[in-house]
Amino acid sequence: MLNTIWFLMIFIGIVYGIMTGNIEAVNDVILREAGEGVTFTIGLIGIISLWLGVMSVAEKSGLMNSISNLFRPVVRILFPQIPRAHPAERWILMNFIANMFGMGSGATAFGLKAMKELDSLNPHKGRATNSMAMFLIINMSALQLIPLTIIKIRYDYGSNNPTGIVGPTILATTLSTMIAVIIGKIFEGGKS
Amino acid sequence: MIEIISIGIVPILILIILGHGYIKGVDIYAAFIEGAKEGFQTAIRIMPYLIAVFIAIGIFRDSSALEMFTDILRPITNLLGIPEEVLPLIMVRPISGSGGLGIVRDIIEYYGPDSFPGWVASIMMGSSETIFYTMALYFGSVGIEDHRHTLKASLVSYGISIFTTIFISRLFY
Repeated sequence: MLNTIWFLMIFIGIVYGIMTGNIEAVNDVILREAGEGVTFTIGLIGIISLWLGVMSVAEKSGLMNSISNLFRPVVRILFPQIPRAHPAERWILMNFIANMFGMGSGATAFGLKAMKELDSLNPHKGRATNSMAMFLIINMSALQLIPLTIIKIRYDYGSNNPTGIVGPTILATTLSTMIAVIIGKIFEGGKS
Repeated sequence: MIEIISIGIVPILILIILGHGYIKGVDIYAAFIEGAKEGFQTAIRIMPYLIAVFIAIGIFRDSSALEMFTDILRPITNLLGIPEEVLPLIMVRPISGSGGLGIVRDIIEYYGPDSFPGWVASIMMGSSETIFYTMALYFGSVGIEDHRHTLKASLVSYGISIFTTIFISRLFY
């Protein structure tokens, strides 16, 4: 599916660009985004290393373990296929928590670690497991509780109540995550 | 207050984690290095996937094909009760986080932060995520090519969430 969407985005974009005389913009963006992919990745290296380092300390001190014991029931319900107390549990939880508090780069670092652990349980390499799919579906439904950047924009543009959106946003995020979990469970069918 | 929390959360978290480790007698410096070693590899592994996704999104956006799609969809979404002003946001949000934020800023600037479009856009932006980037990043990192139902499920739940979010926004406005 991503194969088709990827092709269609490029195909429609280039053809439409030619038709509307916008081809120069298309040419520019191809060169720019290829470079952007590299700069973005390099920008991530430092932050990912930092979080993996800090979490390695939390892992050795037992802090991570205490936190995952606390929230284990949540993981058990969402990811029944992960063996109890498997490291994947911990990293998934860390990713969720970091996401909720809006620590994007930390969430990315822990999420990548979670995927690595989930892949160690994968009997068919190269093919997503139910746990991986569910993990991503939840991530892509948004988990952040307080949208700080938006509050800042609202404040900058002189809103009478910049934080007024917090309540409805939390409600909307919770609902969208619940919807995502349900849809994810429906779509995964009986297959592993 | 919120700003202080947001600026302080990372340093304070690091302080707690390292402090806890130190008290527990962990060789925190060695542990940090051991963990951080993985960072480089992890980041480099996802690079080809990010380049692929960035290029496709860039072409689709800058060729104005995205706007064309938005115009085609407008009559349908109007019928469904989706406020016309936030339609560009709905279209862009799943493919680009910074693009989505730019649109929210435009909407707030044009209609005002306390207008209904500004209100819906703010809530919608905060309760959704960039789908294509996240998927390429995470699946790419472990070389998963067969994504199974992931994208379909995500797009369907995004579609449903748009309506629940608009409903919630109306309720609280």
